[in-house]
Amino acid sequence: MDPMAEIRLTFFQECEEQLTALENGLLSMQEGDSDSETVNAVFRAVHSIKGGAGAFKLNALVSFAHIFETALDRVRSGELVPDVDAMKLFLRAADALADLVSASRDGGVEVTAPYVAIEEEFNALIGGGGAAAEEDEFANLAFQPIITAFDEPPPPPAQNVFIIRLRPLRELFAKANEPLALFRELARLGTLTSICDIKNLPFLDTFEPEDSYLSWELRLETDSQRAAVKEVFDFVEGDCDLAIELAQSATAPPPQPEMDITAILRKVREEAPAIAAAAAAAAPPPEADAAPKAVKAAVQPTIRVDLDRVDRLINLVGELVINQAMLTQRVLHSSHVRDREVTSSLEELERLTREIQESVMAIRAQPVRPLFQRMSRIVREVADATSKDVRLRTEGEATEVDKTVVELLADPLTHMIRNAVDHGLEGPEQRVAAGKPPEGTVKLAAAHRSGRVIIEVSDDGQGINRPRVLQKAIANGLVPPDAQLSDSEIDNLLFLPGFSTASTVSNISGRGVGMDVVKRSIQALGGRISISSAPGQGSTFTLSLPLTLAVLDGIVVTVDEQVFVIPLTAIVETVKHEPSRIHHLGDHSFVLRVRDVLVPLIDVGAELGVRGPTSDLRSGVAILIETANGTRSALLVDNIQDQRQVVIKSLETNYMRVDGIAAATILGDGRVAMILDVDALVGPRHHDWAAAETPLAKAS
Amino acid sequence: MIEKSLNPQSREAEFVAFRAGSLEFCINIMSVREIRGWTPATAIPRAPSYIRGVINLRGVVLPIVDLGVRLGLPGTEPTARHVIIVAQVDERVAGLLVDSVSDILSVEDTSIQPTPDVASQLARMFVRGVIAMDGRMISVITMDNVLPAGMDLEAA
Repeated sequence: MDPMAEIRLTFFQECEEQLTALENGLLSMQEGDSDSETVNAVFRAVHSIKGGAGAFKLNALVSFAHIFETALDRVRSGELVPDVDAMKLFLRAADALADLVSASRDGGVEVTAPYVAIEEEFNALIGGGGAAAEEDEFANLAFQPIITAFDEPPPPPAQNVFIIRLRPLRELFAKANEPLALFRELARLGTLTSICDIKNLPFLDTFEPEDSYLSWELRLETDSQRAAVKEVFDFVEGDCDLAIELAQSATAPPPQPEMDITAILRKVREEAPAIAAAAAAAAPPPEADAAPKAVKAAVQPTIRVDLDRVDRLINLVGELVINQAMLTQRVLHSSHVRDREVTSSLEELERLTREIQESVMAIRAQPVRPLFQRMSRIVREVADATSKDVRLRTEGEATEVDKTVVELLADPLTHMIRNAVDHGLEGPEQRVAAGKPPEGTVKLAAAHRSGRVIIEVSDDGQGINRPRVLQKAIANGLVPPDAQLSDSEIDNLLFLPGFSTASTVSNISGRGVGMDVVKRSIQALGGRISISSAPGQGSTFTLSLPLTLAVLDGIVVTVDEQVFVIPLTAIVETVKHEPSRIHHLGDHSFVLRVRDVLVPLIDVGAELGVRGPTSDLRSGVAILIETANGTRSALLVDNIQDQRQVVIKSLETNYMRVDGIAAATILGDGRVAMILDVDALVGPRHHDWAAAETPLAKAS
Repeated sequence: MIEKSLNPQSREAEFVAFRAGSLEFCINIMSVREIRGWTPATAIPRAPSYIRGVINLRGVVLPIVDLGVRLGLPGTEPTARHVIIVAQVDERVAGLLVDSVSDILSVEDTSIQPTPDVASQLARMFVRGVIAMDGRMISVITMDNVLPAGMDLEAA
């Protein structure tokens, strides 16, 4: 890769980070956070993108970022207090900026209508002064002369007043001193006000980062003497131009004691709210500067590690776990060592191994925050397209899940969010008529619960229209017309393939994918999805996901002396196996009656070719399973040995895909066992829900 | 593969020679990862007959090819004295179940004779050439077709 392309790549990577920061900041501003640091962060994000884009001559990006930045700057300076609509505009602009960034990355950039529209809205918002604001853009950058009040109680009037003129030279900074520390020191002596002079500040193209351009005029009211004031500057003597004047001595009566600096400030504040806002916004330069430092200190140091290395470590630890299990098994089986010390050492080893495994797995864990943030954009888009007022509330964004799980969750979650806004929530009028606030709420929550991650997508909309769902299912031939289904059974009909309730296929959620696809992708992750709904109050979809894809909970079964693992997520229950419940349908087909439902009974041994087909299915255990598309079947195995967590090993890496086998694993005795692919085992011939499972069939 | 010897000047390559059934074979030493004793394998459902199953090689699931069966020879029940040659096949790693490893041969390119035309289609898939040495006939095996590429090879 040539160096320029590499730099370009870095720029776009940084853009991603900036865009995330931008969206974060805007969202917290929308929540009412008017902290200047937040506004600054938002501004900085857009500004950095603009700067970088300029370097790569991405003109469309530059011009859009510029107008965005101009508007943000008005907010920052306090000239513009964004209302709800303005915030929405900002968020839309952030989305558009993200689009522009990715368009620029992929090559073709065109400033099309949506961008122009947003630009116009910005112009309207900032009073058409977009271009005019340009001139003093640099001044806006950060350093308007700002009057800063150090909020100390006004001291008694009889005091010395010093005027201190300070112009740090670049040496001062080079020696790691900084004016802020000096000011803080001065503020300790009395009441300090500072005016920063920025007239020497050059334009960006001639800006020398290590040079010093600012000077300050400080007014200090103190009862200390000049020596004490001078002492503050002891360490910077020679590195700055310093003048300390005694403007007013404590002995002389102050000329205008009542007009002290705080009074002036108060007066100014009354007269010019905008300036006051600016002061307030940027006010705490000292504090604001200090704050991020404190935050930075709190942020834990991180390193970037190649994912391959982490995965290799995870593999090795997986092996360690297996080896430890083997060792324990062997030592305990060899009769001559039954030493208590040996046993306790082995237990200690096991504990350590588990701990190492957990810590290593934690490396791959990532918070769901970025995923949730992506969803907020989806909500905005769908809300706009459907003219609904929607607020996305998120909870538990810090919940950590395996990186791959986070990545693979994006699509199903997007779909569920779209559904929630499009189908779940009513329009504003309908909501008001139902006595709800016009603004609908979609909630996205994540939490850890008993070793799994629970993600809930809920809305406060109309809930599932059960009569319509049932009607539709009957019309589509998914259930028999006379079927009596419970509420939750009706809700679960949504997950059947080919089911879609929207009478008109909207271009938002009706993209040919239904909830069945969502369910399948969740199950592919080893997760489960469930639904609960209350008419008029909303629906909640609950996803239960494994913390990691590297291990899986399964039950260990034997078939003809071979060991297999069935994933626990697929298993509904084990069924009491009575010959009288089995019906032979000929051609080696069997059905098993489970309560009043007939399900196909699949002889795992015959299906996998472990042994020949048999008509004698009297022995063994039946395990009722549910596949991704909601069909139920029973698997016949010889024995259930154990339920345990197994490490998933790919069979495809060195071999190839095997129909009916999902992956391999290594058991405690060091041998390989196959993990069954339940969906494939049940096979395509059982796919039809109606044929596979006839609820309340009277046929038996 | 034979042409790719370590030192192009001498055009000499090293081969690991082994026995399967009554025949002698060898493979380029550069594709051999390790040689280990036989451990019982777990059968893979719906696998071709020459796939003995998979074993756990330090956490890696390693398929085992019974080379004799693969080459159309009668299969043998493996014992602890049988040997698995762990070999690299493109991106994959596979174990070859053979009777025993005999020696390591240093062979000039020129002494490898092309597979005679009379050989069966099956043999031509795996045998790249024949080395005649001290009265022995040693077939040079290529790993390319040893693992099943897809279901179409299952009949082989």
